[in-house]
Amino acid sequence: MSKHDPKLLLQSAPLLRQGMTTPAAMRDVWIALLPASLAALWYFGLAALLVLLTSIAGAVLTEWLFTPRERRAITLHDNSAALTGLLLGLTLPPALPLWMAFLGGMASIGLGKIIWGGLGSNIFNPALVGRAFLLATFPNAMTTWTAQSGPADFLTLHASNLALPFMQAPTVGAGTDAMTTATPLNLMKFEHQGTDLGALLLGNTSGSLGETSALLLILGGIYLFLRRGLDWRIPLGILGSAALFSAALFLIEGDKYPTPLFSLLSGGMLLGAIFMATDPVTSPVTPKGAWLFAIGVGLLVVLIRVFGGFPEGMMYAILLMNAATPLIDRYTQPRAFGRKRATK
Amino acid sequence: MATLSNKMNAYDEMLKGIWRDNPVFVQVLGMCPMLAVTNSAVNAIAMGLATFFVLVSSSFLVSGMKAIIPKQVRISIYVIIIATFVTVADYTLLALFPAVHKELGAFIPLIVANCMILGRQEAFASKHSVKFAVMDAVGMAGGFLLAMFALGSVREILGEGKLFGISLFGENFEPWVIMILPPGGFITLGLLLLLFNWVGERRKQFLAQVAAVD
Amino acid sequence: MSSRSPTPPQEPTPSRLVGSLAVAGFLSGLIIIGIYVATLDTITENKARELREAVFRVLPEVTQMQKLQYDGERVVLKENGKDDENTLYAGYDDKGNLAGYALASDGPGFQDTIRVLFGYQPANNKVVGMWVLESRETPGLGDKIYKDAAFVTNFDNLSTEPPIVTVKRGTRSRANEVDAITGATISSKAVVRIINQGVEKWHQRLPLPGNEPQLKSEGRT
Repeated sequence: MSKHDPKLLLQSAPLLRQGMTTPAAMRDVWIALLPASLAALWYFGLAALLVLLTSIAGAVLTEWLFTPRERRAITLHDNSAALTGLLLGLTLPPALPLWMAFLGGMASIGLGKIIWGGLGSNIFNPALVGRAFLLATFPNAMTTWTAQSGPADFLTLHASNLALPFMQAPTVGAGTDAMTTATPLNLMKFEHQGTDLGALLLGNTSGSLGETSALLLILGGIYLFLRRGLDWRIPLGILGSAALFSAALFLIEGDKYPTPLFSLLSGGMLLGAIFMATDPVTSPVTPKGAWLFAIGVGLLVVLIRVFGGFPEGMMYAILLMNAATPLIDRYTQPRAFGRKRATK
Repeated sequence: MATLSNKMNAYDEMLKGIWRDNPVFVQVLGMCPMLAVTNSAVNAIAMGLATFFVLVSSSFLVSGMKAIIPKQVRISIYVIIIATFVTVADYTLLALFPAVHKELGAFIPLIVANCMILGRQEAFASKHSVKFAVMDAVGMAGGFLLAMFALGSVREILGEGKLFGISLFGENFEPWVIMILPPGGFITLGLLLLLFNWVGERRKQFLAQVAAVD
Repeated sequence: MSSRSPTPPQEPTPSRLVGSLAVAGFLSGLIIIGIYVATLDTITENKARELREAVFRVLPEVTQMQKLQYDGERVVLKENGKDDENTLYAGYDDKGNLAGYALASDGPGFQDTIRVLFGYQPANNKVVGMWVLESRETPGLGDKIYKDAAFVTNFDNLSTEPPIVTVKRGTRSRANEVDAITGATISSKAVVRIINQGVEKWHQRLPLPGNEPQLKSEGRT
């Protein structure tokens, strides 16, 4: 932005060294996501790798296609499009046809970012826009969950992964293909059946690629926090409010509602709270706003999970609060020193 | 105003509605039926034809009677005329094509509220001769029909793998459910607007280049 | 517009304005009545045919039907008047023997109200067919309640004693169980709930065996 010659840079105190740049911030997120991504490979095998790579490819290609030639070098260099693709990939089911993952990557960048004016201008988290698009477009494929294949069967691919573009995945579960299973959240919602907390922590349950291992997601979150890559208020606020709300429900009717710990460790709660809701572009900038935003997400997740039609509500909760972010920012703007509060 | 109409060419008036002043892609009018009933090509065309009938007949009548309609109550009279034709279209569809009518449902009576129709009466038909008014209405309604068809066919092809109910991709096609739902209407409309503007922009650039060479 | 004319035309009197509106309204009314009368027969016929097809679909081996009405105490033959929630249809076979009743029932689905017509034989507590009249369920998932033939045939021979329940697809084992649609559990359950409510509402009202309404010859189709 600045056209000044750096040698002639004049500044009054305080003199700061250059802090966070976009590429550096993105690199930190990549590192923080590494454990969860590797866990996806460990648990779901080659299918996970291919789904992640195609969704990244879809995102990067769309970014390249719709960015003016002269800005391409900059916008692709910061790896933000690829990161969006990775985040989207981590929310997808392992047996998803690859062409759908690719389309999801395109929708993430196209509908989630480019049409708003590129990085920094979007209202909604691009990865979640891509996921919402996929869920609304292919509700069947997006809610078909396969059991983990485990590291021993690393090379097994699901027949559905390789479905031809525009064509249906062969029915999963029919014949020799991998078994479909219910995710812990499905079990809770439709069968009122809990899942072992140890499995939720380590990640050997079914679910989206990157959401299963609570422990590794928390690890990534701690790294990001230490690198100051995230606003700690947001994950804390989400998890805290979700825990309180579900604890209240659990106390009212324990055999009908899940325990608060289950609520926190299952589904996309941690992935969303640590990596999606904290997106600096789509979350409020003021501390008070961050708290409001986080509490809103936490309450909405539990509300959707417990009383809604879907077993999981993280995506919609974050998208809804994303929409409220400009309003939150407006009303939590700190008063400039010496000025009266705007009367309106 | 008066001198302009001398130079007018009836075909120009018709063509402007189809491309240059297309009611959907350029004026962005009539969005309610546009987004609501374009989930299949047949529905889109039925809606487009019903609108076509209402717009052309109303323009004809309004232009023909412009001398005897008092200026102070003209809008009310336009609305009465439009509503009458809409009712005619509604009952005719219900009698002849009950299946299509069931799909379109409440959106047929809502043609009355299509601002494109009232807009043409106020802005054009009430100020021009019957010939020009009808040509203008045919162009506008034709442009609307084309836009409806474009949206409807894209949504039906992606949303069901069919066009006019005929399967295009065989049994194993994976339907894009979102395309039949309201968001699909918004997404498709946005993409078509993008395409329309892009083509227009390229055309302008091309013409500028040609002019520069000359 | 007035700027164009050199001398502004004289203001019309209020009575002239009202008069022209009245004339326009009158003419419009005439046209509307005309089109209504012209299309009425076809429209009534279409609706009757649609209903007949639906009734024949939910009652197997039925060739004739007639419309009945519950008047608060008993079921009587319906000659005319508007259909309401107490209207029902009786289906008869070739020989004029009662084969069952077609009952309409509605209730909330996943998106909007679902309205179904189902064939019911009170003598042996059985649902013998189901047809969705109205639904706005999600295309691709919820709309399988009428598009998925396997789900619809669940209702071809279904005991309502005890009330119908949904079970996971493929695990149907008892006479009162329905295989739910995978991915559309809520819509499937909604259909079952709607039918259960319909059975509960109608079972006591229907005439006892031997007391059934006879087929009127005019009711033939």
